Amino acid sequence: MVKVASSFGRSGTHDFILLRASAIILLTYVLFLVSFFVATPQLTFDVWAGLFSNLWMKVYTLLALTALLAHGWIGVWQVLTDYVKNSLGRGVLQFIVSVALIAYWLTGLFVLWGV
Amino acid sequence: MKKITFSIYRYNPDVDAKPRMQDYTLEMEDNQDMMVLEALIKLKEQDPSLSFRRSCREGVCGSDGFNMNGKNGLGCITSVSSLKSNKIVVRPLPGLPVIRDLIVDMEQFYAQYERVKPYLINEDRTPPAREHLQSPEERAKLDGLYECILCACCSTSCPSFWWNPDKFVGPAGLLHAYRFLADSRDTATEQRLDELDDAFSVFRCHGIMNCVNVCPKGLNPTKAIGHIKSMLLSRAV
Repeated sequence: MVKVASSFGRSGTHDFILLRASAIILLTYVLFLVSFFVATPQLTFDVWAGLFSNLWMKVYTLLALTALLAHGWIGVWQVLTDYVKNSLGRGVLQFIVSVALIAYWLTGLFVLWGV
Repeated sequence: MKKITFSIYRYNPDVDAKPRMQDYTLEMEDNQDMMVLEALIKLKEQDPSLSFRRSCREGVCGSDGFNMNGKNGLGCITSVSSLKSNKIVVRPLPGLPVIRDLIVDMEQFYAQYERVKPYLINEDRTPPAREHLQSPEERAKLDGLYECILCACCSTSCPSFWWNPDKFVGPAGLLHAYRFLADSRDTATEQRLDELDDAFSVFRCHGIMNCVNVCPKGLNPTKAIGHIKSMLLSRAV
């Protein structure tokens, strides 16, 4: 059993499930947004703000940002543990990426709060 | 007569500062063919310092795994004609430390093999008087798993094994792990799965199937790894 502290989930299986579950959420969110853009001929600020004033859209967006946090953390951690052999360098890069992902999530939360 | 050029990786740590490629020429009759191992043995007559491992010379022992024209395989069952080139580049198996020329240090590979406890564990308190019986169906589950000869062609063609040979078990080790997970006589399934349930040991396999592409015995480690992942998932969900 290989033990690591910087991974996201509790185990390899946990990471595996989170990665796939978050991918499904992100895929549906992207498809939804693309179809929204296609179905909306005149995209104005009012239409955009109207979409995000719905409670379900706020929940959906926050869910997608949470999925992005999990997916990005696990995915980048996998790439970094493959290619960055210096543990200090890997730790610093993981820190930067993780902080950025959490910042995205918090930014999303406050933006949605304000709509 | 045709001339085949062999470009062979040479490195003797006692003499060479760094590895180099050395060219040799071998003359063959126009209609003649031979295995790469046979060619290497002939080249060794030209240059006795050329070093490589070989034993059974018929694809059973797994000693002569090399990287030939970019693809791992056993020298003794890879014919010169199958490489379809007049220039053949022979290198040691990638990713493992080179001891000398085409001889690699397999320590890391064996360490991962050892980790999966490649032997039957049966803690049945009342063992049968003569033997553990298996039905033909149960026995059939071991086909495609037990045939592995540990030549390391698969694990050394796997980027995940190159990057994390100390953490990722590798296709060969995982094929053996599943050989015992699938065995109806083995009682240590839970302990075996516990040992593999981390982010590296099994899950570092992303299914690129290099192992399947090179296995000289035609086995499918990716499929076995898929089965292990399914076992880990079904017990977790």
